[in-house]
Amino acid sequence: MRVPLSWLREYVDLPATETGRDVQAKLISAGLEVETVEHLGADLKGPLVVGQVLTIEELEGFKKPIRFCTVDVAQANGTGEPQEIICGARNFQEGDKVVVALPGAVLPGDFQIAERKTYGRMSRGMICSSDELGMGDDGSKGIIVLPPETEVGKDAVELLELVDEVLDIAVTANRGDCLSIRGVAREAAIAYGLPLRDPALLDVPAPNAFGYPVQITDPSGCDRFTARTVTGLSPEARSPIWLQRRLQKVGMRPISLAVDVTNYVMMELGQPLHAYDRKLVQGTIGVRRAQEGEKIVTLDGVERKLHAEDLVITDERGPIGLAGVMGGANTEIADAPRSRTDATGETAVDLENATTDVVIEAAHFDQVSIARTARRHKLSSEASRRFERGVDPAAAAAAAQRTVDLLVLLAGGTAEAGVTEVVASSAPTTVTIPADHPDKVAGVTYGRETVVRRLQEIGCDVRGQDELTVTVPSWRPDLTDPNDLAEEVIRLEGYENLPSTLPKPPAGRGLTHRQRLHRRVGRALAGAGCVEAPNYPFISEQVFDQLGLEADDPARRVVKLTNPLNDEEPALRTSLLPGLLGALRRNIGRGSHDLALFETGLVFHPREEQRTAAPLPVDRRPTDAEIAELDAALPEQPRHVAAVFAGAREQAGWWGAGRPADWADAVQAARTVAAEAGTELVVRKAQYGPWHPGRCAELAVTVDGQDRVVGHAGELHPRVLKALGLPARTCAMELNLDALEQVGEDTPQAPRISTFPVATQDVALVVDKPVPAAEVEAALREGAGELLESIRLFDVYENAEQLGEGRKSLAYALRFRAADRTLTVDEASAARDAAVALAGERTGAVLRS
Amino acid sequence: MSAPNKSYDPVEVEALKPEEIERMRDEALAAFAAADSLDALQEAKVAHTGGTSPLALANREIGALPPHAKAEAGKRVGQARGAVNKALAARQAELEAERDARVLIEEDVDVTLPYDRVPAGARHPLTTLSERIEDVFVAMGYEVAEGPEVEAEWFNFDALNIGPDHPARGEADTFFVAGPDGGTESGTVLRTHTSPVQIRSLLERDLPVYVICPGRVYRTDELDATHTPVFRQVELLAVDEGLTMADLKGTLDHMVQSLFGADMKTRLRPNFFPFTEPSAEMDMVCYVCRGESVGNPDRPCRTCSSEGWIELGGCGMVNPRVLTACGVDPEKYSGFAFGFGIERMLMFRHNVDDMRDMVEGDVRFTRPFGMEI
Repeated sequence: MRVPLSWLREYVDLPATETGRDVQAKLISAGLEVETVEHLGADLKGPLVVGQVLTIEELEGFKKPIRFCTVDVAQANGTGEPQEIICGARNFQEGDKVVVALPGAVLPGDFQIAERKTYGRMSRGMICSSDELGMGDDGSKGIIVLPPETEVGKDAVELLELVDEVLDIAVTANRGDCLSIRGVAREAAIAYGLPLRDPALLDVPAPNAFGYPVQITDPSGCDRFTARTVTGLSPEARSPIWLQRRLQKVGMRPISLAVDVTNYVMMELGQPLHAYDRKLVQGTIGVRRAQEGEKIVTLDGVERKLHAEDLVITDERGPIGLAGVMGGANTEIADAPRSRTDATGETAVDLENATTDVVIEAAHFDQVSIARTARRHKLSSEASRRFERGVDPAAAAAAAQRTVDLLVLLAGGTAEAGVTEVVASSAPTTVTIPADHPDKVAGVTYGRETVVRRLQEIGCDVRGQDELTVTVPSWRPDLTDPNDLAEEVIRLEGYENLPSTLPKPPAGRGLTHRQRLHRRVGRALAGAGCVEAPNYPFISEQVFDQLGLEADDPARRVVKLTNPLNDEEPALRTSLLPGLLGALRRNIGRGSHDLALFETGLVFHPREEQRTAAPLPVDRRPTDAEIAELDAALPEQPRHVAAVFAGAREQAGWWGAGRPADWADAVQAARTVAAEAGTELVVRKAQYGPWHPGRCAELAVTVDGQDRVVGHAGELHPRVLKALGLPARTCAMELNLDALEQVGEDTPQAPRISTFPVATQDVALVVDKPVPAAEVEAALREGAGELLESIRLFDVYENAEQLGEGRKSLAYALRFRAADRTLTVDEASAARDAAVALAGERTGAVLRS
Repeated sequence: MSAPNKSYDPVEVEALKPEEIERMRDEALAAFAAADSLDALQEAKVAHTGGTSPLALANREIGALPPHAKAEAGKRVGQARGAVNKALAARQAELEAERDARVLIEEDVDVTLPYDRVPAGARHPLTTLSERIEDVFVAMGYEVAEGPEVEAEWFNFDALNIGPDHPARGEADTFFVAGPDGGTESGTVLRTHTSPVQIRSLLERDLPVYVICPGRVYRTDELDATHTPVFRQVELLAVDEGLTMADLKGTLDHMVQSLFGADMKTRLRPNFFPFTEPSAEMDMVCYVCRGESVGNPDRPCRTCSSEGWIELGGCGMVNPRVLTACGVDPEKYSGFAFGFGIERMLMFRHNVDDMRDMVEGDVRFTRPFGMEI
């Protein structure tokens, strides 16, 4: 809502010294979000005067038509001689009154006016357009042509009210009343402790039976409808400058007198109005819900198919307006015949079809109904914005009266005596609160007196002592609950005066196991050189083909959005890899090549049985069963962790060669995560989806004795890398972090440390190549028994000549130690032999000779 | 050389003559002094103190002397050997010091060589900033609460007093999740704020409730320099007996002081949100200019655009209707809540120019933030 300070001052006697910034500060403190203060004409300097065009000489031979004019500016130029001015605009003629900037004037944008030679003549000034004066759009797209009665030589800065300050207020959804000068003036009056001259306090004739007939068949949608009729409007009447200027300052474009007047009154009082061309309305005006399939062409020229819930204004023929949103084209006020200039510069006046009689509608419509209609038709208008946020129903009659008065005054119309007012009576809203309720909400002792005074200031009627019965004013439909009233008191007393106290929460338990795990995993991976790269969860389903997932892979079942930002990515991720690999590609595209990235985040899996989350009531706690139903309608959303590797894992440098990232880095990253979770992964060879079939590890944990696969790691399939445009040998791992959390040990148990000497035994075992090292190691561990302290694979060796075809040698360092004695060589050797024996039995391993 | 001879007069034994002993000693001292390396000294050591050195041999002769002569000869040889050993040790130390000074310098390295064998990793600053904020409240006794990102509309809207006709439920802001069999009605959305976690906390926890709710939220804004459709929020909820707006104000003050310095403060401006009443917009003093750029064109502040205040987010007293929907008696309990976006705070706290830098995962952006923020 744009509020010119000059207009505001009409209703509140703000101190003359108050600037826009001062008023802004006061209103902000009272709760109005005054976003900016625009200083109109701040950089404008005269002389800027009214002139009358005496002669126009068309200059030939230039690329565009140029006029050499002489303009009478009376004594404003000091000589009384006509001023010679070159002008490129064409929408004026000899005898027109125009605005002239004389040499020395400075127009907005530091546009200095000086005498200068141009197009072969001397030009001593400029004939101005509204743009050049910073006035906003007046619809003319050319020179301002002033009314003929304007006095020549008069100061145009004052005449056009070019200097002003305009407050731009972002009005919150609950304060429909502040979408009017009246409402903002009321706030300003309270903020300054000054009286308000309420523009809605008008003498309004009582309703009678001979007004324009109106019938409301849906009183829940429309509880008030005032209709007034004005006849004999002069087709030539134009909006006066002051009215046009006020509309421009609030951001509206002057159109025609009747329309301008309804807009003006709406801005002034907040009541949307509509003017129908009486000659085009046929019979009784009605208000009802639309019938399914009905159509209307609204003023914006769009044909709209109506919904059975849309509230419409009708006449005998059918809908003539979308109630509270926009009027219909079929009863539109004919654009009153202002002097319109056609292409030839001739003025055409269409008196024939000009509107001379109008029916004025000032009605009150249901907030929700208007909001729905506006949303349904994607049609937000000044009227609908106000009705959605709440309009003062009690101001309708005054608004109609004000419109009638202005039309009579400015267009020479005659107000008809008939006054129609259809009202569905309703009791005013009352709210009961303890007198100290605002004190309790704020934590401040205001006292009853202050509370009552503040509530009265905003227009409430307050009765009672300790228990206050508060009747809220008709313009504040948002005040329905005790806390609404508390807020009014607290904001007027000043949020800035609230003290600062700290509550004392009971001792908390700190982060949960799960939360600490998430932090640990992030630190561990970052510590291993990975950089966290969180990605959007939006994916395209094509990515599953690129990743080489089987047609029946469960990861292909996705949750979809009905309104994705990008139609190509309508699904939510079931894996972190698409996003993370995208980030990898982006980094490579920007010149980083040696990369290790990780992400932790939710993935989304639809449930087997999909349901709809039903709406629950809000006037009570839902039952546990109801909550469970809602939760069952949500997809499963486990937290995953993933890491990807490309380029060098260790860089080459002065220390020696580098090392490319490989499958082992991916598996190790998974092991690192598992270690943080307090568990160990079972790693085994597998073939799955995006991974290289020979270099893919399946990662599992044991839950309650059951083996559960929790992820994969390894090198990605060359075909996948090609499809995704990634470098060869890119590696990745992904794990279900929630599953790890469930099996992990939160409280690590201390080992017993023996201080007796260690006995070390190395063994080299030869096995068939396909035998997994993990199996050999497991057998060695089991066979070695409890004397084994640790085991480490320190070499893998393949040599067909020495070992035989298809064989490999695994060399282990075994460390033995006892808790209570120094082991003898024989004891250590016996344990080693037992280990080798079991490995031989399980895996066919033989000692390398 | 000489065999023991009991009848021998010691003075007659050539090797044990005083001048002979002196000569041996002096030769040894001269040899040590002449040794210019540890190797040369080692040779001299063998020659002059070894088992076959003249002094060692002379020492052996003593045994052959008559008892009366032994003492004097022994003393003479012992003194000489002592002097030789002392000189040897001194020269040894001298040469070792020389070697240390020379050789260890010779094997010096350029300690300024860079060592980026495995480049450092880093956590994302949005993650660490969120954690840092969580920690401020955990230290006060709050607990961290989390919830699903695809959320039922009831949790995301209705329970928060955002009725079916509230504009925020329109497509303008919310990502809607498709229903079963691709239908449009699922009753679920991508949560538009972490407020549903507040509702879940009130439903699941015993009163009083003091929780902080961090998490990812979604709104249908296109990505640009100042907007992202996926962003992170931190919200706080406190519900207890007798909580007031002054408590809200104090809690906010405490937070900005913890994050930005002891002299920081906040400002509340009236606003409107369906889930709080009274509601406020919360600002903090610009921590860069401390408000000194206001009306001071010579010292403009780009962090706060010379406004002196930085807008943080929304807050207010929990609307009693919200408490009712969660089965909390609003006559007995009151609460306060606030919420703000982490991206914005990261932008002004760490001077980030473009929101896109936070979402594109460029390692050059993230690495400098390290492990903690």
